[in-house]
Amino acid sequence: MATARVLGASIKRREDPRFITGKGNYTDDLKLAGMTHAVFVRSPHANAKIRKIDTSKASKAPGVVAIFTGKDMAGVNSLPCGWLLPELKIPPHMPLASDAAHYVGDPVAIVIAESQSAASDAAELVAVDWDVQPSVTNTEKAAAKGSVQIHEVAPNNEAFKWQIGDAAATDAAFKAAPVVVKKRIINQRLVANPMEPRACVARYDDSTGDWTLWVTSQNPHVHRLLMTAFVLGIPEHKVRVIAPDVGGAFGSKIFLYNEETVCTWATKQIKRPIRWTSSRREAFQTDAHGRDHVTDAEVAVAKDGKLLGLRVKTTANLGAYLSTFAPAVPTYLYATLLNGVYEWPAIHAEVTGVFTNTTPVDAYRGAGRPEACYLLERMMDAAAAALKMDPVEIRRKNFIPKFDNGYQTKVALSYDSGNYGGALDKLLTMLDYKKFRADQAAARAQGRLMGIGFSTYIEACSIAPSKVVGSLGAQAGLWESGKVQVHPTGKVSVFTGSHSHGQGHETTMAQIVADSLGIPMDDIEIVHGDTGRVPFGMGTYGSRSASVGGTAIVMSLDKIKEKGKKIAAHLLEANPKDMEYVGGNFVVKGSPQKAIPFGQVALTAYVPHNYPEGVEPGLEETSFYDPSNFCFPFGAHACVVEVDPDTGHVKVLRYLAVDDVGNVINPMIVDGMVHGGIAQGVAQALWEEAVYDGDSGQLVSGSMMDYTLPKADMLPFYETDRTETPTPVNPLGVKGAGETGTIASTPAVVNAVVDALSGLGVDHIEAMPMTPERVWKTAQAAKSKK
Amino acid sequence: MKKTVSMTINGAPQSHEVEPRLLLVHYIRELAGLTGTHVGCDTSQCGACTVHVNGVAVKSCTLLSVQCDGAQVMTIEGLAKDGKLHPIQEGFWEKHGLQCGFCTPGMIMSAHQMLQRNPRPTEAQIRHDLEGNLCRCTGYHNIVKAIQYAAEKMAGK
Repeated sequence: MATARVLGASIKRREDPRFITGKGNYTDDLKLAGMTHAVFVRSPHANAKIRKIDTSKASKAPGVVAIFTGKDMAGVNSLPCGWLLPELKIPPHMPLASDAAHYVGDPVAIVIAESQSAASDAAELVAVDWDVQPSVTNTEKAAAKGSVQIHEVAPNNEAFKWQIGDAAATDAAFKAAPVVVKKRIINQRLVANPMEPRACVARYDDSTGDWTLWVTSQNPHVHRLLMTAFVLGIPEHKVRVIAPDVGGAFGSKIFLYNEETVCTWATKQIKRPIRWTSSRREAFQTDAHGRDHVTDAEVAVAKDGKLLGLRVKTTANLGAYLSTFAPAVPTYLYATLLNGVYEWPAIHAEVTGVFTNTTPVDAYRGAGRPEACYLLERMMDAAAAALKMDPVEIRRKNFIPKFDNGYQTKVALSYDSGNYGGALDKLLTMLDYKKFRADQAAARAQGRLMGIGFSTYIEACSIAPSKVVGSLGAQAGLWESGKVQVHPTGKVSVFTGSHSHGQGHETTMAQIVADSLGIPMDDIEIVHGDTGRVPFGMGTYGSRSASVGGTAIVMSLDKIKEKGKKIAAHLLEANPKDMEYVGGNFVVKGSPQKAIPFGQVALTAYVPHNYPEGVEPGLEETSFYDPSNFCFPFGAHACVVEVDPDTGHVKVLRYLAVDDVGNVINPMIVDGMVHGGIAQGVAQALWEEAVYDGDSGQLVSGSMMDYTLPKADMLPFYETDRTETPTPVNPLGVKGAGETGTIASTPAVVNAVVDALSGLGVDHIEAMPMTPERVWKTAQAAKSKK
Repeated sequence: MKKTVSMTINGAPQSHEVEPRLLLVHYIRELAGLTGTHVGCDTSQCGACTVHVNGVAVKSCTLLSVQCDGAQVMTIEGLAKDGKLHPIQEGFWEKHGLQCGFCTPGMIMSAHQMLQRNPRPTEAQIRHDLEGNLCRCTGYHNIVKAIQYAAEKMAGK
């Protein structure tokens, strides 16, 4: 079959027709016979003991089916933490808090009623007798001596202290260094805000003892395992978890949350299905937040700009409890990336995780890597400013030279392949850097504040191998499953343990299969998100679907082809070793006329009348792929901004990105993910921040009216291009594209703002976002110093 | 006290007993069973619930269903005619104007009104007119391209 290659082509998405016609199938769309509706009663206080919960009045409200509190859930365990660090303090995190609540939004009761409105009304009538305690939300205050103590198990609110790198070598490097640049860097707290709020529908069938849980999840098998084995103690095989169409996630739908756990428990008590859908306000209060670091960073550098050492002390705010993977984010996903794309003689990082009376913090798009990249790229610019060097020059001077297979960093990781200078070269060509600097000088002469910022980033995705991450504290494997089921007619169903919630797997994974088997895309279906249909899989996060999930599919395809060769060889009376698979046909090497099409082999496998000895009937293979290493996408981004000197308002004039995500399966989809990632990263730089009121512990920016999500008119068209450096880690050569934009863009924007103000003597701004107020005040302070 | 509210949605008559506080979006989703109209927030910011009421694009979470008694409502499900996609739907597909798809129905319904009012919008006008619709996946780049595609296609007819 002579067709254009599908792998690497911008094929329109196969999932789109249902979404553009309103036929998507999201969790909240589901309606079951006898379905009830749940509303959670939550703590209005940041830290409070519970004296009593009185549900008597609420229970009598019209339409109420049942009300449960934590006391009713005897035998139910704490939500688990899935990544353990040495001496990690793990406070109990009960699905419904019964003794004390530790953040605003902490659920204490579930009200189940015949309708959503009846449940909401009754929830208002649940009377909780609160004994309000002082609270602490600020990262540094929580870590300070004499702070409010949140959990008994964690003195000084310290969850862990952790370090990486060579402290002695780093100290020595700093001692000998001619120039040391020191900055405080605050990476503010963010809320993921996928457009679809979290939701679940839980149903228990008491005739069979089976549960079905539809839930907004990035990893339905992980949800099921954690919930059944660790929390509810119900049999894993009796629970089917389905994550149907999921409306965005960005990490926030990885974790096992209170609500789906309580609904799964409660459906058995009432023997009726329960639907719960988060309001946006609840989403702000209870979806795991992201980032929230306070860091003191120091760079030792030679006078010629050569880097000598990096020393980092970070305090990470973990919120009130340990969310599922919380301890990994500010440690193994953060400090291991502090090497960046540069050659360092020495690095040392120390991280302290602290509890506060805030929403639990966990992975949000990039998860640790944006914090590392932001720190490094900000510090590179600060070092350049201290040395009066061009930010491009200092980066070039320190890049790790091009390599194809392995570079050992100073912070544990071994990079796969990279050409960091290559990406920057391409970016500078797109940008016309020289011309920009001339334009900037001209603008400055007119009193206009234009600036450019760079970010030459690296990130780590498809975290692996299981053995290594296990030794680092992961309580899970990090492999992926891929099952290929060839039907007798030659049509193919592929079952992936990855989950698509916007990534377009139904298209890209079909491209992998179509390319490998040489059959039309229309003959292939991709099935995901259902523990009842898909082999155990680890799900989608950390940009792992193509590289890990895709490779598991490739492995199964290879097995299918191997078996097919035996069947075809038998039919052709040839030796299986002489067979090859070309364009949808099993062919005897060197004799192209001796060919059996894929469909005929499929049929023969199921109608094995003329069949090789010792070969099983059927054509279906399952593989589990555990990568040998992470993959490391990289690239160079630049942002051009103009700051209004009168108001401090920052306008993004241009945004340019050259990303290297390895081989590309579908350029249109990769570009789309890069665009969306950039928007989120730009938004962290300029607009987004989860703000807590320090005294009350209330989330002040707790709605879309108060938390600035980017809108279309706040952003430009992005100018994107690519270099392609295949990874040697997996056979597809793909690295991962879901998070690059978010990781790279934040420092590019902030560096641009600082560059715009550099004429006033500004070389750093401690905290994000770059709101007009902050920028204006920074400019005023700099002017008054002059 | 329940009230009977009748309206026409995508040409089909609907009549349901509702609590007076029932929002139009819940009437559409829960009673009419048309789940293409989504709820993404509780402060009328996100625009995922945008539908047309008597030809005007509105956020269906800002209207009570009792206010729409007798109204002609069009939702995303009513846009394609005889199995043929509307040029805006086509634009979103062609230009990869969606990822997770959750904001998409509202985006398309808003874009529909935008192009009725201004058939040849500039990029800046498109971006401005999308101020009532949030997308977290696309960074808006391909949504703007999708609407530009649709505008060209519709003008060419």
